[in-house]
Amino acid sequence: MRKRHAIIFALCGVVLAVLIVANLFIGSVDIPASEVMRILGGNGSSNEAWDYIILETRVPMIATALLAGAALSLAGLLLQTAFNNPLAGPSILGVSTGASLGVAVVMLWLGAAGGTLFGQTVGGYLGVLAGAFVGALTVLGTLLLFSFVVESTTMLLIVGILTGYITSSLISLLNFFSTQEGVHSYVIWGLGSFNGVTLEQLPYISLVVIPAILWAALMVKPLNALLLGARYAANLGINVKSTRNKLLLISGILTASVTAFCGPIGFLGLVVPHIARLLLRTSNHNTLLPLTILCGCCTSLVCTLISVMPQENGVLPINAITPIIGVPIIIYIIVNRRKIEYFN
Amino acid sequence: MTILRTHNLTIGYNSKEGRTEVLKGLNLSLNRGEVVCLIGANGKGKSTLLRTLAGTQPSLEGSVDIEGKPLSILSKKDLALMLSIVYTDRTSTGALTVEELTALGRQPHTGFFGHLSKVDRDVVEASMRATGILYKRNSLCAQLSDGERQKAMIAKALAQETPIIFLDEPTAFLDVASKIDTMQLLHDLAVEQNKAVLLSTHDISQALMLADRLWLIDAGQHLEAAPTEDLILSGKLDLLFNSQEIRFDIHSGSFSRQCVGEHSVDIVEGDASTAHWCANAMKRNGIAIDKKSTITIKPIAPNNIIIYINGKMKKTESVGELTHFILRYFKEYETK
Repeated sequence: MRKRHAIIFALCGVVLAVLIVANLFIGSVDIPASEVMRILGGNGSSNEAWDYIILETRVPMIATALLAGAALSLAGLLLQTAFNNPLAGPSILGVSTGASLGVAVVMLWLGAAGGTLFGQTVGGYLGVLAGAFVGALTVLGTLLLFSFVVESTTMLLIVGILTGYITSSLISLLNFFSTQEGVHSYVIWGLGSFNGVTLEQLPYISLVVIPAILWAALMVKPLNALLLGARYAANLGINVKSTRNKLLLISGILTASVTAFCGPIGFLGLVVPHIARLLLRTSNHNTLLPLTILCGCCTSLVCTLISVMPQENGVLPINAITPIIGVPIIIYIIVNRRKIEYFN
Repeated sequence: MTILRTHNLTIGYNSKEGRTEVLKGLNLSLNRGEVVCLIGANGKGKSTLLRTLAGTQPSLEGSVDIEGKPLSILSKKDLALMLSIVYTDRTSTGALTVEELTALGRQPHTGFFGHLSKVDRDVVEASMRATGILYKRNSLCAQLSDGERQKAMIAKALAQETPIIFLDEPTAFLDVASKIDTMQLLHDLAVEQNKAVLLSTHDISQALMLADRLWLIDAGQHLEAAPTEDLILSGKLDLLFNSQEIRFDIHSGSFSRQCVGEHSVDIVEGDASTAHWCANAMKRNGIAIDKKSTITIKPIAPNNIIIYINGKMKKTESVGELTHFILRYFKEYETK
C-alpha cells in the first residue's frame, strides 16, 4: 500500500510538472518554444507582446489555476467528509451562488446605477471582488448559524441547498431587471476564468487560500475520526460540532476566494476528491488530503489546456470544460458503486 | 474495584410534551475485572441507559461517577481515555484497512496529526491479534464480512485502552462460533486486563453463560441488578416478558412457552439427556409433562424410548419417532 501510494504521488507530481510546462508553451497565441525559454530565462524576446503574454498572462494564469484547483478540490473533500455525503461539493452549499449574488448586485444593480466609490467605478474589478466576498461570506455565515441550531448533518446540507435556490432566484430577478450589457457582463463572469488575476493581485488570493489549505491540513485527525460517524468520533474525544463548523468555515473561505477571483467554477470540488480516492483506494486523509490538492492542481491545468485549444478563435470558458471531465467520472462512480470500497 | 457508580440516577428524556422517565433511582456499579450484561426487552431503556452512562445523553436526575469524578465535569478527552464503545452504527470506513481502522482507537493517545509511535503500533497489533483479525490487517474494511467488521470495531475499542468498554449487541452479526469466541474474548479481557465490560444483548443464553452480573430491565421498567446465578435462582428472569405464558426454566436455562393444551405425558427416569430432549419435543408440541398422565414414556437411550399406553408397550427408536407416534395418538383421540 505504502509503495503504491508513493508511486501515485510521484506520477501526479510528474504530470503536474508536465502540465505547468505545457501551459507555458501552449496558449491561444502561438509562440515559438525557443522564445518562451528565452523569456523565462530572464532575457527578452524579439517580440515585446510575447514577453507580456508569457510573464503577465500565462504565468499568473497558471498560478491562479493551481490555487483554484487546490482550493476547490480541498473544499470538496472537506465537505464530503463533514457531511458524510459523496455528492457534496463547494457549489452545493450555495456559497458560490452567494458570491454570484454579490457580483450580480454589484454588476447589475449598483454598478448599473453608475457612480464611484473610493475612486473606483462600482462595477469595476474591486467592486466585483468585494461583492463576491460579501455574498459568499453572508451565505457562509447563515450556514454556520444554522449549524449551531441544526443537529443533523443531512438537514444542514439541505439548508445549504435551499439557500442556493433562494440565492439563484434573486440572481434571476436582478438579471431580469437589468440591461443587455449588464446581463452580458454577468454571464461572461459566470463562465469562469483563470485569466482575471494579474501578477500584482496574485498575492491577495494566495494570502487567503494558502493559510486556509494549511489550516485544513491540521484537521486530518478529526477528518479521519468523522469517517466512523458522529458517535464514535465523539467517543474518541473529537468535538464533532466544532469540527464540522471549522470544516464549513474553511471550505467556505476557499470557495469564496476562488469564486471572487475566478467566477463560480463547478465540478472540480465535487469530482477531484473522488479521483484521488479512486487512485489511492483509501479514505485515510493522511494521504487523501495531499493527493486531492495535487490532483486538483493537475485537473485545473488540464482544463486550461483544453480551453486554449481553439487557438486564435478564442478561449473556451472553464465552466464549459469542467463538466466534460467531471460528469463521466461521476457516472463511472455511480455505475460501479458496489465495487468501490469507499462506498461500502 | 468499582470504576463506575451511579447515584440515584433517573434516565429518560425531555420533550415538548414533558418529561419521560425511562428508569428511576438507579444505584448501579461497574467493577473492573467483571462482565455485566444488560438484558431486557426492546424499548425498555437499554439504549437510553447505555447512552446516559456513556455521557452522550444527559440524565434527568442523579449522577454518574467514573473513578469518583462526576461524568458531567469530565472533559471529552478524559472520557475518551476512560470509556470506549462498540455499537452497531454504520460507518464510512470501507476504504480504510483493518489496521487503519484499529489505529483510530489510538486517537485519544496520539498528538496533533495522529502520528503513531512504536508503542501505539504495538498496541494496535496486539488488539488485532486479540480479536483474531490480525491476518486481515491489510484488507480494506469493505472486503470484510459482517462478523470480521465487528471484530475490527472491537479491536479499535481495545486499542483505545480504556478501563471501561460498552458494547451494544456486539454479537448481533456473528455466527455461532464467532459469538462464543467474542463473548469469551470479552470475558478474558475483563479478567486479564482488569477492564469493566458492560454489554447489552438479546442473546440471553450467552449472557447467562458469560456475565458475572446481570442488569435486567423487566417489562415493568424496573431494573434488577444481581450476580447472574442468584438472579436466575430468584426466578426474576420470568419478569423479562409481560406474558404469563413465557417462563424461564431454572434447570435447562432457557425460556419456553408454557403449555396450555389438554394433553400430557409422563416421562420417567432413564437416560437424563434423552429424557430432557423428549420433554423438549413434547413441550414444543403443546404437550405438558405431568406425573398424573396415563401415558408414560421411558427414555432408556436416544435410540430406545418405550411408550406405555393403555396397558400396551410401544418401542420407538428415536425422539422423532416418539413425537410422531404421540401426536398421531392424540389426534386419533380427538376424533373419537
